[in-house]
Amino acid sequence: MINTVSTIDMMASMAEDLPDANGHFGPYGGRFVAETLMGPLEELRLAYEHFRNDAAFMAEFDKDLAQFVGRPSPLYHAERWSQKLGGAQIYLKREDLNHTGAHKINNTIGQGLLARHMGKRRVIAETGAGQHGVATATVAARMGMECVVYMGAEDIKRQAINVFRMKLLGATVVPVESGSKTLKDALNEAMRDWVTNVDSTFYIIGTVAGPHPYPAMVRDFQAIIGREARAQILEQAGRLPDALVACVGGGSNAIGLFYPFLKDTSVAMYGVEAAGDGIESGRHAATLCAGRPGVLHGNRTYLIEDADGQIIETHSISAGLDYPGVGPEHAWLKDMKRATYVPITDSEALDAFHALTRTEGIIPALESSHALAYATKLAPTLAKDKIIIVNLSGRGDKDIHTVAAREGITV
Amino acid sequence: MSRIKNCFDDLRSRKRQALIPYITAGDPRPDVTVPLMHAMVKAGANIIEVGVPFSDPMADGPVVQAACERALKHHVSLRQVLDMVREFRSRDDNTPVVLMGYLNPIEAMGYTEFARAAHAAGVDGVLTVDMPPEEARDVVPIFRAEQLDPIFLLAPTSSDERIASICSLASGFIYYVSLKGVTGAASLDIAAVTTKLKQIRAITDLPVGVGFGIRDAATAAQVAAVADAVVVGSALVRKLGEFAEQPHKIEQEVVSILAGMRAAMDVAHDRVTS
Repeated sequence: MINTVSTIDMMASMAEDLPDANGHFGPYGGRFVAETLMGPLEELRLAYEHFRNDAAFMAEFDKDLAQFVGRPSPLYHAERWSQKLGGAQIYLKREDLNHTGAHKINNTIGQGLLARHMGKRRVIAETGAGQHGVATATVAARMGMECVVYMGAEDIKRQAINVFRMKLLGATVVPVESGSKTLKDALNEAMRDWVTNVDSTFYIIGTVAGPHPYPAMVRDFQAIIGREARAQILEQAGRLPDALVACVGGGSNAIGLFYPFLKDTSVAMYGVEAAGDGIESGRHAATLCAGRPGVLHGNRTYLIEDADGQIIETHSISAGLDYPGVGPEHAWLKDMKRATYVPITDSEALDAFHALTRTEGIIPALESSHALAYATKLAPTLAKDKIIIVNLSGRGDKDIHTVAAREGITV
Repeated sequence: MSRIKNCFDDLRSRKRQALIPYITAGDPRPDVTVPLMHAMVKAGANIIEVGVPFSDPMADGPVVQAACERALKHHVSLRQVLDMVREFRSRDDNTPVVLMGYLNPIEAMGYTEFARAAHAAGVDGVLTVDMPPEEARDVVPIFRAEQLDPIFLLAPTSSDERIASICSLASGFIYYVSLKGVTGAASLDIAAVTTKLKQIRAITDLPVGVGFGIRDAATAAQVAAVADAVVVGSALVRKLGEFAEQPHKIEQEVVSILAGMRAAMDVAHDRVTS
């Protein structure tokens, strides 16, 4: 008898079981940290393994997602926009309607609960655009925990409103003056704080990167996006989608959408990276499209680096995608060809930002606008009965000043 | 036999402890490094730790991070660091040199190519701070094949089981990080260090060096009383930063700190044994 199990089925089922015990997704992931952090990471791994299998903990998580975050978020058929594009039907997963305005809160609720159950009274976070910082400060305020957020000095200048939001929520925002003064340096600084104050402190990482168990843990907390979307599309359209589209900086909203569909081999997956001024310009943040494997921030993954292995400053109009690494699971999905990673430039993202705003009455985040821009390319190539789900990972209010400045308008 | 093993054997026979200074290669300028290495040997250093600059030195504090930034302004690459070691080696064939840094520049160069080039340049050991034993199984044989001692860190949080597993991979010496935190942080707790070193010595015969929190002659002497080696980094690197604009003064500043440490370590020891 011929073995009818296709390679892609085998691969998909393998992919769902990853990472392995040491946090590896194929050659990617792992724990590349100094020995001082290995103990704390193991403590975290054991705590997470325990609580993810604890019905009471998961019930608490689900309750918070429902009553504090406002889940489930709607899956919305963007009929007018689909019609305009003249191809596949586009459905938007409305993570922008979550409390605090983005998918980030799903993860900070999960890690915040874990911190409390581990007896930690202080949480720290890194943030680029400020969305993860706000989501962390929100959870800390609600749980009565001390909160310190590390943020690059350059980003603090660019994101004054989010800095003020964090302060209103009671967080201390520490400007990071080292290196390029952006997200990667904030991450370095948060790691340093954690290694120094590890007994009292829980480090809430905002994306599916960093040392094991963070990439798996953040994925699991964000997978609610894909589980809901899968059930919603089955209910609304009676079948699975043909493609998923999500933006990828670190990659947490994308993995959250993709993960519950990994075994559905008929569903294509597109991760959209920030190409900034264009990959050929050198000013971009398209790590999987233009980078190569290396080791940074505790994991092996694709990086944007020079020939000597030094990390290069990235560029994107969207601060949330402006990161020189990417989650290791995405690196693996790329190599296994289970997901496809594509670049979208600043100006393509801006066009999509305006198109969605004018056509559907939804102002998307600039991060999410990258995913929308790719959908505008993909939809016309597919028949009208095909279905694309785009993760609308955040709302665009925070980006209004950036868009205005880019267009020479004073708000 | 490795220069590092020879060095510790010789020190043990003379009942002395190794003084191991750390500087970042190319800080504050590439031409400072090799003459400074020679000067440090003259001042009583037994092994030199040469930092390979990295853009994101996550395990280091602000002092070493600033040193990396100064060096990277001059685009000091791993290959140039190896050139510096080769130049040092041309006039000093005895003093062991350990490269200390992060994995990514080595990964970018390629492990095998790096190991060959490092051995050819006269490097004796390699300490990659972000490579714990779990991630080192494939790399260690490549280093060993070129007679490079893989140096590993132990931390206050390392269990007996981890200490044993790390020591089974390591050679040359073991580097005990004396406190939770980054380089250049608060001063160390000598009683806690003494207890932990007893635990480590029950598991391995490798020489044990202690680093992090050694800032002056007094702490160096305290550590020398219980360890095989004293590693001093941020206290020196701070001077390189302070005198970055007057590099001709750096040598004197660094030598004076090291000479003070050397004297205190030796006097303390003579007092104990006499």
